[in-house]
Amino acid sequence: MSDASATARPVEAPSVTREDNAEGMEFLETWQRRLVFTYFPLAIIVFVLLFPFYWMALTAVKPDDQLLDMETFNPLWTWNPTFKHIYKLLFQSNYPKWLWNTMYVASAATALSLFASVLAAYAIVRLQFRGAQLVGGLIFLAYLVPPSILFIPLASIIYSYGLIDSPLSLILVYPTILIPFATWLLMGYFKSIPFELEESALMDGASRWQILTKIVLPLAVPGLISAFIFCFTLCWNEFIYALTFISTTGNKTVPVAIVNEFVDGDIYRWGALMAGALVGSLPLVILYTFFVEHYVSAMTGAVKE
Amino acid sequence: MTDAALPATRDRPMREPTSWERLRSNRDWLGFWFMVPTVLLLGVFLAYPLFLGIWLSFTNTKIGRVGKFIGLENYEWLMDDKVFWLSVTNTLLYTVVASVAKFAIGLYLALLLNKHMPFKAMIRAVVLIPFIVPTVLSAIAFWWIYDSQFSIVSWLLRKAGFITTNINFLGDPWNARWSTIFANVWRGIPFVAITLLAGLQTVSPSLYEAATLDGATGWQRFRYITYPILTPIIAVVMTFSVLFTFTDFQLIWAMTRGGPVNATHLMATLSYQRAILGGNMGEGAAIATAMIPFLLAAVLVSWFGLQRRKWQAGVGND
Repeated sequence: MSDASATARPVEAPSVTREDNAEGMEFLETWQRRLVFTYFPLAIIVFVLLFPFYWMALTAVKPDDQLLDMETFNPLWTWNPTFKHIYKLLFQSNYPKWLWNTMYVASAATALSLFASVLAAYAIVRLQFRGAQLVGGLIFLAYLVPPSILFIPLASIIYSYGLIDSPLSLILVYPTILIPFATWLLMGYFKSIPFELEESALMDGASRWQILTKIVLPLAVPGLISAFIFCFTLCWNEFIYALTFISTTGNKTVPVAIVNEFVDGDIYRWGALMAGALVGSLPLVILYTFFVEHYVSAMTGAVKE
Repeated sequence: MTDAALPATRDRPMREPTSWERLRSNRDWLGFWFMVPTVLLLGVFLAYPLFLGIWLSFTNTKIGRVGKFIGLENYEWLMDDKVFWLSVTNTLLYTVVASVAKFAIGLYLALLLNKHMPFKAMIRAVVLIPFIVPTVLSAIAFWWIYDSQFSIVSWLLRKAGFITTNINFLGDPWNARWSTIFANVWRGIPFVAITLLAGLQTVSPSLYEAATLDGATGWQRFRYITYPILTPIIAVVMTFSVLFTFTDFQLIWAMTRGGPVNATHLMATLSYQRAILGGNMGEGAAIATAMIPFLLAAVLVSWFGLQRRKWQAGVGND
């Protein structure tokens, strides 16, 4: 069906103006209709999706006296922003340490997972050893095992290995979340690399390792970037394992520290809390703005495969 | 293409040089070595804990004390535990309502984003932000938005004249349930919308043009073109969505910790409370194990969804 349409499209494409040939029938809609049925609902949804971040950022820079006084000051805006909360966070608290912990754990776990996933995905897709299909299926099933049912037995395992309260425990456990995802994503990318390239390299006497590092990986760079940033985001986001395994204040990651260390009786804590949430989100948002397309392809790729 | 060609070359009598022959026979060993890191990590920290968790649920293990096998005692205990049953119904309510809402709004948003409009790429990028920001951090933002005294939502509604007193979002059982469900939906919409949008973009516009010429209405175009083509991807997306909603922990823990009076406890938060904070590892493990049947159901749905997808892929749709 779509094959037929694909061949038909080039014929009709020139007759339509270039900019809206993606949706050929939009001219049937009047602009009033579009305004009411497209832009208006879209604006509402986007507003609701973004408002918590606006509120987070605004609270983080509001002076304390404006924070809780909603009658004299308009709560939706502030004319005298302050960096007091962020300054306190960065220079008078453990926050830089937590940020460092998060980054360290996320980088190490991502690197470990990518190493394992590249080998696994290559083996499953290209080596096609006996049982490769089965292993691929099992890895997919591993993707479906949620941390919520594993953290109790894992806590006892981590404890018996003497890793409790150590960032190393997180580095070793996070790959269980990342490897299944990254392997499936990379399998999709490896499949798209022409097999003939590898065959000719084999003929020329290249080893499997050389093929992997010199042919397959350079061609799969977009996939590797996707897998990397997605894994990194997942690590940054992880909560239940970090909450269960880490107890010392200095070893915590940002999400756990925010929930456990900031919550005290102080009525003005909101400024500090929101500053913590804002600064904790910024690295990911910055990373995201540079790699939007990779995020999208990672997300949709993992679902499509 | 290459996949289909491979088994054929395997069975064919080979005339290639012996080095190729040798590599071919070594495949299983090579594959084995390549799989070692993955199998080790997943085996030690995923498969083993999965079974250990089931075993723990039959013991009276406490933190710092090795337990003894006590059969079904933990489960019998849970059967009479009102809080456990409350957490089960909460989890089901949370999952069903949030998943349906995420699907409906996500699909709607995907359909809107699939239209041609200025700044489309930017809008799509912005929509994904709730998915990028760590859940706990946005949950903290929601916690502040839901504050009993200084909630901005209460303030806006009060100024608009809809209410006279502040809404106690997280202090009242039903308010707390709806508030946490809203936060979960908010967090889940981008994932559903963007993945469904990717599916929508594979639908050829000519199909809609042909249908329109035949006099199909907008609803008919959606029902008989968009929906059937999207079904497989919907099945997968919703399976993941249901799975992650069902096992959600962090959102609830950051906002209510299961309160007020256990009204928002999900099975995951309850098992954390009993096992880690209360020290009853065995009982917590039993609650976690009780989640497995539900997860299996979700996996089966996913499997059938994928099967159907393969079948459709034969027709030429991705």
